[in-house]
Amino acid sequence: MKRARVAIDGAIHEAVEVEGKLKLEDGRIFTEDHVTWLPPVEPGTVFVLGLNYADHAKELSFNAPKEPLVFLKGPNTFLGHNGSSVRPEEATNMHYECELAVVIGKQAKNVKKEDAYDYVAGYTVANDYAIRDYLENYYRPNLKVKNRDTLTPIGPWLVDKEDIKDPMNLKLKTSVNGKVTQQGHTSDMVFSIPYLIEYLSSFMTLNPNDIILTGTPEGLEKVNAGDEVITEIEGIGQLRNYIISDKELVT
Amino acid sequence: MVKIYSRRQEMEQALEAELDLVAQTVTFQSNTYDVNELRFAVPKIGTVYGTALNYEGELANLGEKVNEAPYKNPPKAPVLYIKPRNTFCAHKADIPFPEDSDYLQAGAALGIVLKKQATRVPIDHAADYIAGFTIVNDVSIPHESMHRPAIKQKARDGFCPIGPWVVDASDVDRADDLNIHVYINDERRQSNSTKNLIRDIHTLLADVTDYMTLYEGDVLLVGTPENPPLFQAGDTVRIDIEGIGSLENKAVAKSTKGVNV
Repeated sequence: MKRARVAIDGAIHEAVEVEGKLKLEDGRIFTEDHVTWLPPVEPGTVFVLGLNYADHAKELSFNAPKEPLVFLKGPNTFLGHNGSSVRPEEATNMHYECELAVVIGKQAKNVKKEDAYDYVAGYTVANDYAIRDYLENYYRPNLKVKNRDTLTPIGPWLVDKEDIKDPMNLKLKTSVNGKVTQQGHTSDMVFSIPYLIEYLSSFMTLNPNDIILTGTPEGLEKVNAGDEVITEIEGIGQLRNYIISDKELVT
Repeated sequence: MVKIYSRRQEMEQALEAELDLVAQTVTFQSNTYDVNELRFAVPKIGTVYGTALNYEGELANLGEKVNEAPYKNPPKAPVLYIKPRNTFCAHKADIPFPEDSDYLQAGAALGIVLKKQATRVPIDHAADYIAGFTIVNDVSIPHESMHRPAIKQKARDGFCPIGPWVVDASDVDRADDLNIHVYINDERRQSNSTKNLIRDIHTLLADVTDYMTLYEGDVLLVGTPENPPLFQAGDTVRIDIEGIGSLENKAVAKSTKGVNV
């Protein structure tokens, strides 16, 4: 099953996918373009992996880390499918990052790798934009780069775990204005999903709706106001996002 | 008497109350209690953001290192981190002491509690966005390097005691000049003041909300002073902030017998 959260006629609804359309709990059916897409779950604690694809680490001139490089995101940064992300006009280097997002389904503490998938509710797609102009070397990647308002689109669907045979064997792809710019494969992760669940739950409790963004492969390109960016993961979905300039926010 | 917002463990509803810091009493709906009679829950809050290197002494301790690898430059923007929800811990609740560390450090922080959504707040309007102030103990496993986010050191269960209450902003005259003392087992181990902040409260709120929206109930820690005191399993940590109150917690190791001692 694919699940979504959408706004329709002034109310927020949970919906499921039926033949490419959205079916609400009350039975009404809408096409994709008749709804406002929200993040498919209300994010709890959100973990993000840095340098979790060896090729991407190399692209940024780093060796792959020996221990997961994890940072956190706040609720301000998330945005639904078809949303607009705000790019500061002054920035010179903003890039997308297509990532498989793992949504936790039940409380997890001291979980072993072998049991890790028991704690997963499902998967979605995230675009973990970064603005490298603001990088500093304290708690890097710092929040000014990674936790800006609107810069983490997520969705469109939460796909039930049962529908994805092997999340460690999926193609990832990003297109900017229709041109493919990033391609990768989840099998190239440095730290796998079961490893990450074991690692995080070894020192803290994970809760339902916590999300792990598992990092991005190589193929970063700069994006600009006016661009349409689609991040896509095989079997999970296509997440569309538009970039607008912060100049457009000034009335 | 100052106005506070707090939640008692017995009741989900947050209540307004009157706090008498001298007499150490709290008056809820015309019933007056000794503060030690009451059991406080974590105040109603949203996301907790910490600020590092915002005390002059803390930055001075880094000295020339700020110009060396891996930092290469002194910090420009506020150095922020998140204390996730699993870390929240009530006043008087036990802090679970981890098995993989001999010491923990106490991070004595004044917490700014947001009154309403704050996006791109101008400095001269910052006061309008502050509901009040609380006390936060930003507990960490001691770590020297600040190069990478310190999730494993800062995000353990129970590593963010908060409370016991939020004092209404209108009853805090000079939040940028409050004395802070930390006691381990009643022995004073640290003293500092929010007057030593690099970015004062309004500047910090303006600089953070320039790119990151804070919501009603979110808590922004102003920073933790240099040379944080260490504590061990079995120790009681108390943070006093002038005009706000006292936040006290005991660190308790997991007992091999399955009973906490």
